Amino acid sequence: MEPFRMDVNKYKEMLQKYLYTKDENALYQAGQFSKQTMRHNILPEEIINIHIQSLKEIYPDLPPTIDDSLNFLLETMISYGLAYQEFISLREKQTELESEIAVAASMQQTLLSTKKPNVPGLDIGSISVPAHQMNGDYYHFVKDRHQNIGIAIADVIGKGVPAALAMSMIKYSLDSLPETMRNPSQVLQSLNRVVERNVTASMFITMFYGWYQYETCTLHYASAGHEPGYYYSAKDDRFYEMKTKGLVLGVSDEANYEQVKVQLEKNDTIILFTDGVTECRVGERFLEIEEVLEVIKAHMHLPAQEAVDKVFRHFERLQDFQLRDDFTLIILKKQVS
Amino acid sequence: MEIKSCVKIRKEWDIVSARQMGREMAKELGFGTVDQARIATAISELARNIYLYAEDGQIDYEVITEVNRRGIKITAHDNGPGIEDLGRVMEDGYSTSGGLGAGLPGVKRLMNHFDLQSEPGKGTTVTAIKWVR
Repeated sequence: MEPFRMDVNKYKEMLQKYLYTKDENALYQAGQFSKQTMRHNILPEEIINIHIQSLKEIYPDLPPTIDDSLNFLLETMISYGLAYQEFISLREKQTELESEIAVAASMQQTLLSTKKPNVPGLDIGSISVPAHQMNGDYYHFVKDRHQNIGIAIADVIGKGVPAALAMSMIKYSLDSLPETMRNPSQVLQSLNRVVERNVTASMFITMFYGWYQYETCTLHYASAGHEPGYYYSAKDDRFYEMKTKGLVLGVSDEANYEQVKVQLEKNDTIILFTDGVTECRVGERFLEIEEVLEVIKAHMHLPAQEAVDKVFRHFERLQDFQLRDDFTLIILKKQVS
Repeated sequence: MEIKSCVKIRKEWDIVSARQMGREMAKELGFGTVDQARIATAISELARNIYLYAEDGQIDYEVITEVNRRGIKITAHDNGPGIEDLGRVMEDGYSTSGGLGAGLPGVKRLMNHFDLQSEPGKGTTVTAIKWVR
């Protein structure tokens, strides 16, 4: 940027014009002038200074008391000038931080990326959108060579960078579990010990883990205090809450996780989410779970991925496009019996 | 030519004397109104720090002349408790967050050159220079 010299003559002209005409246009010019000075980090005391100089040139017989009083004003502006400089430097720091977080967020996306498995007869849709830059929600799929799949969905109580860091740890512990460990309650027990040992007591992680057996079309699942999922039975045309007992991860190293199974028939659907979905707020009130399920049901006839995308769009709009919490939704639809 | 003078800081009233001494020297050296006010504010801040945290110290004034410029050098020193974390007090928003004023970063901004030395338990010395524009 070119160095900006405060032009006393220009200011004098503007001031003079205003004093003679009391013209709104001159005031508009003053507004433009102040924007220009701010752009060049000119401090308030300097503006008062050229005001004094201009005034003295316009009125060579300016009473000394006026001159003195304006110098008094200049003196009081020094601290405002300092506060303004501080503001500029803090704003620069903030920009720096924001770009660092943006880099971290894109790293996180790469680290936590998961591939949606392709299993005959199973249509899967998944979406996870952070409220801020970093995501405190996490979901993960694994598939073995017998077409069985493992599904993890987790939520860190807390948001932002610390939550994201904790999630990376969960992902790597999950990755390092041996393939023989498919049992959801075992998986959660093992992760619970990792979290208990490595994460501060103030941070909790809720998690649902499911193991879908291809041969038997059965989903075995366990939950560590996670938002319960729902099982939609096509035959009954109704939703059942997937109840199971288990403490959130990281509270006690002796926690046990109850394991439950559900047999999927044609068009049965499993719905998993985080509390960003169920605690969706509209105005002052939270949505009831029935309302959430109604919206999901209205989209369930679509291919699973299209359904989760549309459900997200629906809730995003409902919340004026400002998510209050990370939003993660997974839909598994059984296609042929 | 070197003119040296000093003002001892023991009570709040001394802050005013310290400002006045600085302003008069600045005026004589040919500083404009804005810079006079900035120098006085910087001195005020340094003297206030001595008064608030060290109880006893002084401000030295010196006219310094280089080949093509002249300036005023302010040195504030005390035998107070010293500063533990120098990086912290120079951080924006740290000392000012309580609305206490400009703080040391402010002094640095008001002047052209700034140096800070401190030893916990022994005292603090701040040196600041402003050149005539």
